[in-house]
Amino acid sequence: MTEPGGDTVAAARAGSTPYVDPARVRYRKRKSLRDAAIGMISLIVTATVVTVVIVRTPGWSAVQETFFSPEAFAESFPGLLDAFWLNIRIFLIAEPLILIVGLTVALVRRLRSPIFLPLRIVATVYVDIFRGVPTLLVILLLGFGVPALQLQGAPDDVLVWGVVALVLSYGAYVAEVFRAGIDSVHPSQQMAARSLGLTSWQTNRYVVLPQAVRNVTPPLLNDFISLQKDTALVSVLGPIELLRRAQIDASFTFNYTPYVAAAALFIALTIPMSRFTDWVQARQRRRRGAGTDS
Amino acid sequence: MNPTMLRVSDVWKSFGQESVLRGISVDVTEHEVVVLIGASGSGKSTLLRCINGLETVDAGSIVLDNDLDVTAFRTDLDAVRRRVGIVFQSYNLFPHMTVLKNITLGQRKVLGRSSAEAQERGRQLLARFGLEDKADEYPDRLSGGQQQRVAIVRAVAMSPEMLLFDEITSALDPLLVGEVLEAVRELKEEGMTIVMATHEMGFARDVADRVCFLDAGVVLEQGPPQEVLRDPTERRTRDFLARILG
Ligand SMILES: Nc1ncnc2c1ncn2[C@@H]1O[C@H](COP(=O)(O)OP(=O)(O)OP(=O)(O)O)[C@@H](O)[C@H]1O
Ligand SMILES: [Mg+2]
Repeated sequence: MTEPGGDTVAAARAGSTPYVDPARVRYRKRKSLRDAAIGMISLIVTATVVTVVIVRTPGWSAVQETFFSPEAFAESFPGLLDAFWLNIRIFLIAEPLILIVGLTVALVRRLRSPIFLPLRIVATVYVDIFRGVPTLLVILLLGFGVPALQLQGAPDDVLVWGVVALVLSYGAYVAEVFRAGIDSVHPSQQMAARSLGLTSWQTNRYVVLPQAVRNVTPPLLNDFISLQKDTALVSVLGPIELLRRAQIDASFTFNYTPYVAAAALFIALTIPMSRFTDWVQARQRRRRGAGTDS
Repeated sequence: MNPTMLRVSDVWKSFGQESVLRGISVDVTEHEVVVLIGASGSGKSTLLRCINGLETVDAGSIVLDNDLDVTAFRTDLDAVRRRVGIVFQSYNLFPHMTVLKNITLGQRKVLGRSSAEAQERGRQLLARFGLEDKADEYPDRLSGGQQQRVAIVRAVAMSPEMLLFDEITSALDPLLVGEVLEAVRELKEEGMTIVMATHEMGFARDVADRVCFLDAGVVLEQGPPQEVLRDPTERRTRDFLARILG
C-alpha cells in the first residue's frame, strides 16, 4: 500500500476503530469553516441592509422618538423594573399552586371507585368551566366579586384574588395536560406494575406518573411561558404591575417607549424559558432516538 | 406425588359475544412445568391472565395451594399477584428506571424488603442470568433477549410460588430466543412451578412435564410431551401440530 494513511487503514481493519480518509477529514473541516463564514457574512449584510432601509424610511425619526426614546426609557425603566418584580412574584406563587391543582384534578378524574363519583364530577365540571371562560373574565369576577361579598375572614386584597383566578384558570389547562400525559403511558405498564402486586396507588406513584410527567414537560413549560405573560392581566384589578406601570408612564408623557421597555422585560423573562423548553425537548428526542426497538 | 399448586376448574370467560374460555380445567402440581399450546386466539393468554387476576372470570374457580381462591368475589388480588408472577411477550420493563430499580421496586414496595436486601437479591439474580453488568443500564439500551431476561428476573425476585410465561420469546429475534429459553430451563431445574404458553415446540418437548392443547376454550388433549407432540390422539391436535411444524 502506497497511499497516505495506509498504516491507519491497516490499523483500523485490525482493530475496531473507525477510519476516515484524511483527505475527506480536511474537506469536512474546510466545509464547516466555510459554512460558518458564509452564515456570518450573510447575517451581517442582511442586518445592515435592514437597518439602513428602516433608518432611511421617512417617518423613522418620529417612530424612534415615540417608541425608542432614550430619555423616556431612562426615566421610566427603574419604575418598570420595580413593577415587574410584582409580576415575577405573582408567577412564582401561582405556578406551584397550578401544578398542585392540575395534578390533583388529573388524578381525581382517574379514580375508579364509585365512592369518589362526586369528586370526579366536581373535577370534570371544574375543568369544563374554567377552560371555557376567558382568564380575564375569571380575574374580574373573583377580583371584584368576592371582596364585594364582604365575607368574614376572606382576604380583601384584590391581588390575592387575582392570583387565585390565575391558579383556577391555568389549573384546568394543566390538569388536562397531565391527563394527556397519563394517557400516553401504555396500559401494559400498569398491567406489569399490578402483576408485581403493586397497589393502584403505588402503580400511579412509581410507574405511571414519572413517565407521564416526563412526556408532558414541554407542554407544561409552554404553559409556564404563557402564565408569565398573563400575570399582566391582574392589572385590571388595580395592582401596579409592569403593564399598568407602563400604561401610566405612557399616558403621562404621550410617549410609547415604556410599552416597548415593558415588552422587552417580558421577553427577557420568557426567552430563557423558551430555550430551556427547547433543550428539554431535544434531550427527550435524543433519549427516544437512543432506544433500540428489538 | 407432589401437592396440587393450582386448580383451574370449569372456568368460563367471554369478551362481549366472544366466548374464549368454555369450561376449561387444568391442575398444576408443585415443581411441574406445564406448557400450553394451541392456535392463535385459543385462549392461552386469557387463561394465564385469569390465573394472575388480571382478568376476572365469568364462572368457575381458580384456587392456589388449596387455600387462596383467585376467583372469589372479594379476593385480594394483590395477595394473588404476590404469589404468582407473570412475564409477558412484550417485556414491559419500566423505561424510566434502571434494570436494578426495575427489579427492586416490587421487592421494596410490595414485600417490604429493605433497599439493601432487595439490591443484593437483585444483583444475585442478575448474575445468575448473565446480566450482572447491566444492573445500572436503562432498559432501552438492552437487546430484546436481555430485556426479557430482566423481566424474568423481575418476576423471580418477588419469590413467587409459581411463574406464568406468556409467549415470552415471540417478540424476539430468532437468535435471541435461546438465551431466554435457557433462563426458563434454569428455573425449572431449581424446582420452580411454571405454566407457559409458547409456540416453541422443540422447547416444549425438552422441558415440559406436561403439554396441554387448548382448542375452542377447553383443554382438548393433555399429557407428557412425547405423547401429545409425537402421537396425539385428537385429530385437531394433529392438524395444529402439522400446521405449526410445517
Ligand atoms: N381484553 C380483551 N377484549 C376483547 N377481546 C379479547 C381481549 N383479550 C382477548 N380477547 C380475545 O380473546 C381471544 C383469545 O385471545 P388470547 O389472547 O387468549 O389467545 P391466545 O391463545 O393467547 O392467542 P395468541 O397465540 O395469538 O397469543 C381472541 O380472539 C381475542 O381477540
Ligand atoms: Mg397470547
